[in-house]
Amino acid sequence: MKPTFQKFEDINFRQIKIPKRMITVGVIILAAIVFLVTGLYTVNPEEVGVIQRFGKYLSTTQPGLHFKIPFGVDKLTKVKVKHVFKEEFGFRTLQAGVRTKYSSQSYNQEAIMLTGDLNIADVEWIVQYRIKDPVKYLFNVRNVEETMHDVSESVVREVVGDRSVDEVIVLNRKEIADKSQVMLQEQLDIYNAGLEIVTINMQNVNPPKAVQPAFNNVNSAKQEKERIINEAWEKYNQVIPEAEGKSKRTVEEAEGYAIDRVNRANGDATRFIQMYNEYRYSKSVTRKRLYLEMMEKILPNVEKKYIIDDKQSSILPLLNLEQGGK
Amino acid sequence: MKKLHIFLISISILALIVLFNAFYIIDERQQVIITQFGKPIGDDIKDAGLHIKIPFFQKVHYFDKRILEWDGDAKQIPTSDKRYIWLDTFSRWQIVDPLKFYETTRYEYNAHSRLDDIISGITRDVISSNILLELIRSSNREMAFTSEYSDSKLEDVIKEQIIIGRQAIADSIFALAKVKVAEYGINLIDVRIKRLNYNQEVQAKVFERMISERNKIAAKYLSEGKGDSSEILGKMQRELDQIQSEAYRKAQEIKGKADASAINIYANAYNRDPEFYEFMKTLETYEKTIDNKNTIIMTTDSDYYKFLKKME
Repeated sequence: MKPTFQKFEDINFRQIKIPKRMITVGVIILAAIVFLVTGLYTVNPEEVGVIQRFGKYLSTTQPGLHFKIPFGVDKLTKVKVKHVFKEEFGFRTLQAGVRTKYSSQSYNQEAIMLTGDLNIADVEWIVQYRIKDPVKYLFNVRNVEETMHDVSESVVREVVGDRSVDEVIVLNRKEIADKSQVMLQEQLDIYNAGLEIVTINMQNVNPPKAVQPAFNNVNSAKQEKERIINEAWEKYNQVIPEAEGKSKRTVEEAEGYAIDRVNRANGDATRFIQMYNEYRYSKSVTRKRLYLEMMEKILPNVEKKYIIDDKQSSILPLLNLEQGGK
Repeated sequence: MKKLHIFLISISILALIVLFNAFYIIDERQQVIITQFGKPIGDDIKDAGLHIKIPFFQKVHYFDKRILEWDGDAKQIPTSDKRYIWLDTFSRWQIVDPLKFYETTRYEYNAHSRLDDIISGITRDVISSNILLELIRSSNREMAFTSEYSDSKLEDVIKEQIIIGRQAIADSIFALAKVKVAEYGINLIDVRIKRLNYNQEVQAKVFERMISERNKIAAKYLSEGKGDSSEILGKMQRELDQIQSEAYRKAQEIKGKADASAINIYANAYNRDPEFYEFMKTLETYEKTIDNKNTIIMTTDSDYYKFLKKME
């Protein structure tokens, strides 16, 4: 084996002909490449890099390609400073999207709060915040998000506690959100948490579930009231114009009656006067004629005619009156 | 020659280990104390960076330098006006004296149970000596109400003024607790009330009250609606009566006038010979009233049939 080994060695070195210095340089270059590759890092546009050297804060680097000393000397923490984070209270978004799904189960305790008039309201809200100061954010408070969450619950309750349930649910939602935002920011600044509250928005603010039907009743009663009143007006509007029309008709009809009456009276009177003027001169014969004309007219129409002697004192034996005419 | 080689290598490895053990890193989030054979040496170190110690003999104990959280369990506490509430408080604290902390508490979970004991006890005392309203409100800000609600609101609750207020009560818990925890090397930063809710029983009663309040409002709306409706219908009836009666009056007046003039016309005409009128009218009525349904019984004495009996 020894000769072969010797030979192999000889061939190798003789053929490649690398001097020992070259190997050293190669190793150094390789080490440099490794050093560079492990030391280079990229900061994305929405973040900054916080560099600690041996644990101590060194610098904050802006987006781009940067270099740090590798092998645990420099430590990089990327912080998303441009991103606006959202925290939900009283509900959780299960799946955001076009049709966002929410879960409000078991977050009830978060939403239930007491109002200043000792009522209960169900308040859901969101807090949007961003990291204003990455150094403070990283080094001053442990669990910044949880802290923010706790304080947010506390301040919203404090604000709601000074307001009536009506203000919370209907009247002053915006004001409550704004006031809470200011107070939350103040408190976080006391902690030096490095967060900036972008906005607090009230979401669903409702009476508690158990009471909601009663609140809805108020609304439906309001509608019912409107409905009843509208119905009354509807009836009014139906009846009054019709009555006015009818009343005009009555008056018109009376006018018609009057004209009719007077005309008939005048007609009758004129006829009578004319007749009388002639009658005056031949009273007896005219009377007889008129009488006989009348009899001539009516007697043919009458089906039952009884002519009896004037001596007949009772006509009952002759007639069965029950069958007779009227 | 070879033995020396091995010896040198071992020595340098050993030296490296010792060297590494002599250095330690403190993160910005940390603070340390150094103990030697279990006994603390020197002051606490809060500067982040690379530090040196005596290797092996000295040991580094790390503590968090940041603001830490403490969140108590919700507890059922009666207020001084005997209302049972669930109270959930939280607190922020910081290890400011790691040496003291190491000696008295050593681990965070120990600190948590100390905080639990201290803050919970003080909270119970303070809460049970205050009335509920003081715990809810922070100021005597005048509350606003919707017009519908203002009639049925709880006057006494609204007019009641608070003296201390929610935040001040939390602050007094904080002040008492801060003194007590100082001996553990802990600085309390604040104590705040997170949640405050009625217990189930009271809550059910409050719900009942809220429901009855709202029902009152609903009933008010309904009766208002009915009232307004009746008013409208009443107005309608009145106008209807007026319209109809006026129309009747006018019609009667017109007819009366016409009847009067008709009477006058007839009288003027018929007065010329009332007897003739009577005769004419009677004949006319015979014509109209006697038809086939009638039965005529006439004596031979009558003017019409008299000739049946005799010619003259």
